[in-house]
Amino acid sequence: MTPLPMWRRYARLLGPDPKADVRDELYFHIETKTDDLVAHGWPREHARREAERQFGSLLDIQKIGNRIGEKMERRRQLKDYWIEARQDLRYTLRTLGRDRNFAAVSILILALGIGANIAVFSVVNTLLLRQLPFPQAQQLTWFEGGSGLSPALREAIGLSGTTFTVDAFEDFQRHNQSFQSLTAYNPFLGSSDYALTGRGEPQPVSGVMIAGNFFQTLGVQPVIGRLFSPEETHKGGRPAVLLSNNFWRRQFNSDPAILGQTITLSKQPVTVVGILPASFDFGSVFSPGLRMDVYIPAIMDNMRSWGNTLSIVGRLKPGVSVQQAQAEASLIGRQFEILHPGPATGIDIPTVSSLKDYVSGKLRRSLITLWCAVGLIQLIVCVNLTNLLLARGAVRSKEFALRTALGAGRGRLLRQLLTESLVLASSGAILGVALAFALTSWLAHQASLALPLLSNVRVDGSALLWTLLVTTATALLFGLIPGLRLSSGNPQEALKDGGQGRTTSSKHERLRAVMVISEMALACVLLVCAGLLLRSFVNVMNTDLGFHPERAASINITYEDGNDPARRAVVLSEITRQIGTIPGVDSTGIADMLPLGRNRSWLFFNKARPPLKGDITAAIVRIVSPGYLNAMGMHLREGRDLSWNDGPKTERVVIINQAAARRFFPGEDPVGRLSVVDDNDTRIVGVLNDVRENSVEASVGPEIYLPITQNDPEGAQLVIRTKLPPASLASSVLQTLRTMNPSQPASEFVPLQQAVSHATSPRRFFALLVIGFAALGLLLAALGIYGVISYSVTRQTQEIGIRMALGATIGNVQRSVISKAMRLAAIGIAIGTVASYLAAKGIASLLYGTESTDPAAFAAMIVMLGIVALIAAWIPARRASRIDPMIALRSN
Amino acid sequence: MDKAKLDKAKLDLVRGTLDVLILKALAWGPLHGYAITSLILRQSDEALLVEEGTLYPALWRLESKALLAAEWGLSENNRKAKFYRLTTSGRRQLRQETKTWEAYALAVAKVLNATQPPIVDEAV
Repeated sequence: MTPLPMWRRYARLLGPDPKADVRDELYFHIETKTDDLVAHGWPREHARREAERQFGSLLDIQKIGNRIGEKMERRRQLKDYWIEARQDLRYTLRTLGRDRNFAAVSILILALGIGANIAVFSVVNTLLLRQLPFPQAQQLTWFEGGSGLSPALREAIGLSGTTFTVDAFEDFQRHNQSFQSLTAYNPFLGSSDYALTGRGEPQPVSGVMIAGNFFQTLGVQPVIGRLFSPEETHKGGRPAVLLSNNFWRRQFNSDPAILGQTITLSKQPVTVVGILPASFDFGSVFSPGLRMDVYIPAIMDNMRSWGNTLSIVGRLKPGVSVQQAQAEASLIGRQFEILHPGPATGIDIPTVSSLKDYVSGKLRRSLITLWCAVGLIQLIVCVNLTNLLLARGAVRSKEFALRTALGAGRGRLLRQLLTESLVLASSGAILGVALAFALTSWLAHQASLALPLLSNVRVDGSALLWTLLVTTATALLFGLIPGLRLSSGNPQEALKDGGQGRTTSSKHERLRAVMVISEMALACVLLVCAGLLLRSFVNVMNTDLGFHPERAASINITYEDGNDPARRAVVLSEITRQIGTIPGVDSTGIADMLPLGRNRSWLFFNKARPPLKGDITAAIVRIVSPGYLNAMGMHLREGRDLSWNDGPKTERVVIINQAAARRFFPGEDPVGRLSVVDDNDTRIVGVLNDVRENSVEASVGPEIYLPITQNDPEGAQLVIRTKLPPASLASSVLQTLRTMNPSQPASEFVPLQQAVSHATSPRRFFALLVIGFAALGLLLAALGIYGVISYSVTRQTQEIGIRMALGATIGNVQRSVISKAMRLAAIGIAIGTVASYLAAKGIASLLYGTESTDPAAFAAMIVMLGIVALIAAWIPARRASRIDPMIALRSN
Repeated sequence: MDKAKLDKAKLDLVRGTLDVLILKALAWGPLHGYAITSLILRQSDEALLVEEGTLYPALWRLESKALLAAEWGLSENNRKAKFYRLTTSGRRQLRQETKTWEAYALAVAKVLNATQPPIVDEAV
């Protein structure tokens, strides 16, 4: 046999063709057989027919051959592909290994970008994209009351304006057609409302009152035991309690025997009927940052007279939309108000929304901003790496030219470059995922952050999928542009010119200029937005709270008063007096609730001017002891403080804030006038500065301070102002309280500052992250401009040498290098300013006390970017001016 | 050879036998498909006719298992033909199969050539 060269098989137009091979082979067989028969004396036509007859079913065999042939061809292609890929990979690892600094810097930049991306995606995924952690969570809805009130009024009266009475709740339950079930809980809760006694040291316990069907509606089953039985949720029924998994573990050592036992909660014996699963976290859904220990049945008949005390959660029937439910609920609410006319109309008309929207809807804008910021970072990372690869590629253009000259196709070179970028990107991604894991697990344990669902944040499957997407897109983005550029170079020119082909390099130069400009523009957008958010944050922190949280702390106290106001006055005045004698204590006072925690509002108006229908007639109420205002650092503008002499037998008195004075007593001095508080005539004895009772950022509404000696408080917080660090007083304060009441739980001092940080934590969280991203963006942009200018200086060494030999001064050279860099920076900043203007408009609703067009923020950020660009350009410029003309000229 | 005889020969080819015959045929050097049939026919004194319908699928299968390699070349009569040759693993396979086949044939022959029943230990 004379072998046919292998290439003949591939000489076909479209590569190897297994079908044709099979056909050729079989025809050869038949023809040879025919020849044989002819040689044996057969006539040729007969011989041919006989050969085909003997062969049998030619088509069937051909089919088998085609199948096997194609399979082999596919396998061969795959094998070729892998061999080439392995070659590319080996080559890549070798070149990267040689260029360790480049590889390390790129991987680090990528890891930062990708890590930040995944971490932010995980947060967005948990808070916005994923369903709430309940079965069929899309059916769960939230009722927000007071949709008939003006927004200002709703803001002013706090939680009482958005909750419902027991009657309204039962009305909704009775008349709706849209819900499988409606349930409710009492949101007027704080931490450590209850005390667990009879089991060692008295322990502070947080509890929430829930309707009997609360957990059934959410779809939460206890891990052991059962939910409440009907008799446990009725007046006079057996007192029962459900424990949170965390509390059960912490307090009872996960002992299942606790089931059915009786524990003493705030002196009430209650039976433990069930333990909730660890996956259920009341705080993370309904009250971010609050840890819940026990669930107590809400006895509706007891609560009927308490006013607006219920938050309502509903589970829609399958197929019913939120809009339908909304229409129906509005109708029921309106009918209810006609039958039960109250002081403010519109308070019983709910806004029905999905529970998910209620939980994280307010954060949507912040989260999307964050997502965009991290996306910008990733773009800057891509631009930076493109730059690095281009600069490196220019050095390697000779290598590429050589490979092209040796027969490597453009696709082959492109593949090599993409392999490099993929290797870099996936190394960065691996590091980035590790970074994201660390970030998210740290985040999930930040209990002080008042963000919902935070404890559920983790890097999950979809986050990894997102990583894959981001990494691939990144690799393509920063690999493709330099790849296309390099592989299109003219090999002859590159070889001739010693690797510095003029046409190619000027094209490169232009491309790198575009990169620097876009990097500057992107960084500018990030910086301006971060600047605006930072300014907002500073504004929030500088808000006059109306009280001074520094050097003050609070502690939850329990005491015995037998519900007798006279006795209460004696007990409490004794407590404040004794605590006041502890060395280091400046002043003390007691309130039932502290600012920025819980809030509720009561009916309040000027007795001389009874409200018209629809008038604002409510004020946030605090029941406080004499001395409390002082201990909080609040400022009494007029009149007097409350006194221990304001007792149950004397005239009812109240201190109001300025907002209340303005609203209810316009143009008059309210001190000494009569008002109506909750149906009681009450004398105004003082006017207080406005205090941010409700939220740091919302405007201040009417507030009233009632004496604890005349009104029933809902708990007691002792506030202590001191010159010493509050923690150092904790033990002596607790000891004093214990001697007066042995069942005082060993709660810890809570610095007042903590409430403020808690209230501002979401803003702080988002502002810090965006600022961090902006700083990263700035750094990357600086690196970018430095890299480009420094590279172009290296390339112009000879030219600069000539110019200096011809008499250019050091100053001339520096100026020309810097001015070139600053030209690019200026174009980038100009484009960035326009883009920032648009971006700032998008985040306008997140700003506080500043406009989205705030010139100061724009100017400051632009100047900062300019300075950073200047520094980044100055370093290579200085190097350029040190070039020795003789050496430069000789070097080439 | 008539049709009935041919069918019998095909039936008699124990599964895997064709493969080992092909491998053996190629042990002396590269051949094209037609030459393989002729060689087997001649070597078996015209007793084994390998049908094209089974030969080619077997050849392709062996090629895809990398026991054979194929190249296009020119035949004796100057036509373009596909030549098969043994690969290293094909050669190894041939050695192994030959051993197995001989052991098998010997065992069968022993049984068939027996002239008296074996002594069986009834006590077992």
